[in-house]
Amino acid sequence: MFDRFLQWLESTPPAIAISESSWLFPGIESVHVLAIALVVGSITMVDLRLLDINLRERPVGELIAEVLPWTWTSFAVAVFSGALLFSSNATKYWGTVPFRAKMLLLTLAGLNMLAYHATIHRSVDLWGRRAPTPRAAKISGGVSLGLWIGVVTLGRWIGFV
Amino acid sequence: MLDDFIHWLGATPLSQLIQKVFWIIPTVQAVHILAISVVLSSMAMFDLRLLGLAGKRSSIASLSRRFMPWLWGALIVLAASGSILIVGEPKRALGNLSFLLKMCMLAAAIIVTLGFQAVLKRDLEGGSADLAPAHGILAKITGLLSLTLWVGIAVAGRLIAYTG
Repeated sequence: MFDRFLQWLESTPPAIAISESSWLFPGIESVHVLAIALVVGSITMVDLRLLDINLRERPVGELIAEVLPWTWTSFAVAVFSGALLFSSNATKYWGTVPFRAKMLLLTLAGLNMLAYHATIHRSVDLWGRRAPTPRAAKISGGVSLGLWIGVVTLGRWIGFV
Repeated sequence: MLDDFIHWLGATPLSQLIQKVFWIIPTVQAVHILAISVVLSSMAMFDLRLLGLAGKRSSIASLSRRFMPWLWGALIVLAASGSILIVGEPKRALGNLSFLLKMCMLAAAIIVTLGFQAVLKRDLEGGSADLAPAHGILAKITGLLSLTLWVGIAVAGRLIAYTG
């Protein structure tokens, strides 16, 4: 069932165009790398603040409100460009370990972010202006940083298998 | 001449080691991309502020103090990881048109940044609270140039894998 979906994806006109063109894949890949750089860089700023390493004078709530629109916009571009790259050779990518592991880590990073916003972030006005962040915030920032480093590493690895 | 150097570099024990151990290149490339994400994000924030498009609540001087250490720190990581990649695959990078273009844009980006930082420093030392208002146009030109160059550097970097 899912294999049929992957085969259908590969037969869509954009997928065929990308796999037949000599410049579309590198072009879209460049956009993908740029978007990921902005996603990971902006998330890292927040993570380092949660870990109490950087930007200590900035209130956490304010920093997140300022950075998040950039993160989400870049993330949307990364997902769209990534989906196009994936479609050009869907069956092959789906069969690789780094691709699956990357999707797993992405999901975990999303869940970590959801958990943060559903719990600790609710009281950000109480602790976000002080320098030592609560332990839970530190854990959340550390987990996020680790997961995103994993996502980038596995993403680069997809090109080697 | 360049071919001789590429041949010599590729035959060194260090290059041989990098070529033989399969995980070195992908891992170092991942480190390289992580450092690029630090540079691109920091410079995007700073350049957009110079262009007046974001972060207007913070002064240019304070954003400069915040982001410049990350730029230089990440550039050291990029130079180190990039060097390992060149030693491991000298033929892939040296003599590659994309690589040459990338290095030219990198040099230009560093010159633009250092030049702007020198102007900002002089303004601050001259008693100005931030970049002098007279340098507003310079800030916009710097922001646009820098942003374009860093995006170009990242794109040219990825294209090294495709061009000869």
